[in-house]
Amino acid sequence: MTTWTVIDEQRVHTVESGDTLLIDPTVLGWTRMPDGLCRDEVCVPIPNDVPAGPIEAGTLARLLQRPAAVDPTEHIASFAAPAAERADALRSGTAPDFELPDIHGVIHSLHDYRGKKVVLYAYASW
Amino acid sequence: MWQAIHEELAPEGLVVLTIAIDRSPDDARPFIERAAATHPSLIDTEHRVADLYNMVNVPTVVWIDEEGSIVRPQDVHYVSNELASITKFHNRKPLAALRAWVRGEAPAYPGDVRADTKVATETDQEARAAFALAWWLSQQGRDEAAERWFVHAGELAPHDFTIRRGSMPIRGIDPAGPAFFQMVGDWVGRGNAYYLPLADTATTADDYEAEPIEEIDMAELRRRIEEQR
Repeated sequence: MTTWTVIDEQRVHTVESGDTLLIDPTVLGWTRMPDGLCRDEVCVPIPNDVPAGPIEAGTLARLLQRPAAVDPTEHIASFAAPAAERADALRSGTAPDFELPDIHGVIHSLHDYRGKKVVLYAYASW
Repeated sequence: MWQAIHEELAPEGLVVLTIAIDRSPDDARPFIERAAATHPSLIDTEHRVADLYNMVNVPTVVWIDEEGSIVRPQDVHYVSNELASITKFHNRKPLAALRAWVRGEAPAYPGDVRADTKVATETDQEARAAFALAWWLSQQGRDEAAERWFVHAGELAPHDFTIRRGSMPIRGIDPAGPAFFQMVGDWVGRGNAYYLPLADTATTADDYEAEPIEEIDMAELRRRIEEQR
């Protein structure tokens, strides 16, 4: 067995698996039910050829429509948010909320400023 | 300077919220301290906001109203003309539009916000997965593997300069040096734009006639950048 690192957006998990990464879907917040993979009220079907138990990382990424990067040498996998989820959120018109620290480590969130007009200005030192 | 805008328009209900898309708070600290910022100045080492808002370069501005709605698609605005002779972005129309919106004198955007909002493709999100993997490897000191994934992420999303340029300091590449100019030259040479400003506040010749700018050359620009570090 090998210890893999699984990056799920902002969360980092460790998963014990073999040379091929098999992931228990609960790591990504989904439960394997008779109907398929379920989270809250949503279920996605699992094809018949997917064996019971943990699911191979690439297969799981496709089922959940989560674009992924898997490095079998470094034993790391990274799952991004589904493109459709991001697109729907952005086009809904509501500014996606987030929490980030300032240079003193104090956490601020966008919703702290509800009731004001906000200019979000992203810049970088590069 | 955004600090000046914040001071000017805070009494009229505006908050300037700056986000440094940088590898560490220490990279952003000199900018924040030099500006003597009193507005919230946040650090996004994981490219969280870039992911949520599909930002692919900096500077990027998003205007949000009192109800938390995006009222203008993301845009490229410089509020200072300090570097305008290099950036080719004049601040005249962006500043006028911002003041008019904050004061309720004009809508934030003349077009259809939803239709003009660009969203990420699956490949763009795959690039973000690859970038996150590379960044994690880099933080573990596994630089060779990180390099492979940074390069791969940039190949997946060649238009995403938060990945291609933003990874340069992490990889030991000067983000304002020859590698950067070659990257931009190749990109623009293939018919692409490095920045995609919205039309209504895009810089035009009359901006320079109305408000002339100071000409500076690249050597002077480098000096000013160094001064900020």
